Amino acid sequence: MSVAATVAQGDQGGARRSRRRRTAAEWTRIAIVTTAFAAVLIAFLSPLAYSALLSLKSPSQITQANSPGLPSDPATFTWQGKEYPVYYVPLPDGTTRELAIVKKGRTASDFIDPANPDAGTITWQGSWRNLDQPWQLAPQWDNYAKVWDLINFPRALFNTVALALIGTIGTVLSCLLVAYGFARFRFPGRGLLFTILLATIFLPGAVILIPTYTIFVKIGWVGTWLPLLVPAFFANAYDVFLLRQYLLTIPRDLDEAAMIDGAGPWRILRSVVLPQAWPVIVAVSIFTFVYAWNDFFGPLIYLAGHGDIQPLQVVLANFHGVYYKNPALIQVGNMLTLGIPVLLFILFQRVFIRGIVITGVEK
Amino acid sequence: MNQLPGVTAAIPRFRLRRGPRPPSARMSPLARREARYGFLFISPWIVGFLAFTLFPMVATLAFTFLNITLAQEEPLRFVGLDNWTRMAGDQHVWDSLGVTLRFAALWLPISIIVPFTVAVGLNSKYVRGASLMRTLFFVPYVVPFVAGVLVWEQMLGDTGWVNAFLKLVGVDSPPSWLFDAGWIYPALILMGIWGIGAGIVINLAGLRGIPTELYEAARIDGAGAWATLRNVTIPMMSPILFYTLILGVVDVLQYFLVPLVLKNGTGDPAGATLFYNLNLYKTFFTYQQMSYGATLAWFLFGITLVVTLILFALSRRWVYYAGER
Repeated sequence: MSVAATVAQGDQGGARRSRRRRTAAEWTRIAIVTTAFAAVLIAFLSPLAYSALLSLKSPSQITQANSPGLPSDPATFTWQGKEYPVYYVPLPDGTTRELAIVKKGRTASDFIDPANPDAGTITWQGSWRNLDQPWQLAPQWDNYAKVWDLINFPRALFNTVALALIGTIGTVLSCLLVAYGFARFRFPGRGLLFTILLATIFLPGAVILIPTYTIFVKIGWVGTWLPLLVPAFFANAYDVFLLRQYLLTIPRDLDEAAMIDGAGPWRILRSVVLPQAWPVIVAVSIFTFVYAWNDFFGPLIYLAGHGDIQPLQVVLANFHGVYYKNPALIQVGNMLTLGIPVLLFILFQRVFIRGIVITGVEK
Repeated sequence: MNQLPGVTAAIPRFRLRRGPRPPSARMSPLARREARYGFLFISPWIVGFLAFTLFPMVATLAFTFLNITLAQEEPLRFVGLDNWTRMAGDQHVWDSLGVTLRFAALWLPISIIVPFTVAVGLNSKYVRGASLMRTLFFVPYVVPFVAGVLVWEQMLGDTGWVNAFLKLVGVDSPPSWLFDAGWIYPALILMGIWGIGAGIVINLAGLRGIPTELYEAARIDGAGAWATLRNVTIPMMSPILFYTLILGVVDVLQYFLVPLVLKNGTGDPAGATLFYNLNLYKTFFTYQQMSYGATLAWFLFGITLVVTLILFALSRRWVYYAGER
């Protein structure tokens, strides 16, 4: 399947659905099935909403049972420069009103009416501890400021972006060269080498990890970015495959014309292939950037103990180790970590999905 | 390695297209120049493959016969099969292998069936906005892994929405997902399902690649929905299902990062998350016993290889490459 064909199939959506008029029964089925899927989808995405809401709650709200789902605080009323909590108070006449408590007592308490504070206090018989409180919306944006400082977000963000950017540059450069070599040149053993390249996808990482780690320790690379960045400059199977498949779809006519004009392979790559391959280069770049952003294990083992050069995910995992009892702050950390990759995906979702389709379906 | 071309429909195709290659002795100067450039351009990968894949693989095997630790307090020496016999008698290793295999038995079928089912559903003519839904199903896949785990830690907690929902539908005492050895695997599987977006996309693309004539033929033959699924959809999707299965096996045998983040590598609750690779990770990273770790790694590699080769052998019976045969 060529890239073009795959893309066309990916995008055709409902094109092959028939245009004839539908019966009422069909519309009912469409409504039921679509609603069912939408419900599943909402459930599927609800953890993100949950995390976002939790990140804005105060610790006191989280520990309180039956508190509302939205980030809220117990309602208060400020009167004569002092804040008083508000309660639902059932009155002798059978109505329930929201009153602010000004004097707490075990068997009777004094309240004032926030709507009419100057009317004086109302004494209510009963224990105020049994009363429910109304809540008012109060997102704790402060949580974000707190976590921003606690994890030194600007530094972690800089590390993440720098690692992802350098890694992406290395990956795109090296994979482009390798893909160009596989797509445009005949040489002995090409098929075998390409098979070996693809086979590395199926190789469990554990079997190469230990000597690699040992050597990186011995040459003093552990505790630096080098173990994460240097291998990126030596190509990887997924991206080579993606680029090669695309290069194969670019007609050779222009290559040959340039060759006749005396252009060498480097010149052809720069002036003929590159200008035509930019869509796939953009795809691979965005792809690699998000993958590098989401790499956890590499930074975990190679940057352990070096908080000042760790990317967000490792910082977040460490933060969780210390602040796990404060779920709101942990969720702030999550939001700060997942924001950019999710945003990048939403902006470039077509490119993403195309890339997944090509590497997943064609191999 | 000669089994591998069967992995994918793509590899044999390249071979066919190129035809017999000329023996290098009789290569024309032009062809030799072309080959030189070819090797030049792929050289980054060749160097990288030798330095970061082949050499470490061989070194890992060599490590298993030595006594390497990171501190290397004893002098380096050949220890024969000591590491291997130690492993054979190490109850931790067998327990952790059991954990991994139990989890794999639960997760593998789900990891294949769920994305396939969702994709078949989205591909139905009764779903509107399938493209938008496909995109939204993909979102959690790009959520950084640690953030995803920590989101779910709260979702599955006492006050999380999962248990709130269960209470709403009448479950009085919903499970303590992350602290009960009987519920931790379902919890890990829920987190795994959250990342099936890529699987849905791949399955959906595969489904859309099935020629519609096949479905028309099935309809004319009077096949119902179930028969069509069994006799058209599944055989046509088998290369993709097989690819997902192989990658799934390789991944699940190495599974340990979620429990590492969730439980700080303690293996809680009650050792249920002491996965094989967690033990391996601790051996080389925490205890820095490189040779013993390498032995565990090669053993895992051996298991992976055996399982994959068996799956490849069985695949001839059910994986159908359209256009290949």
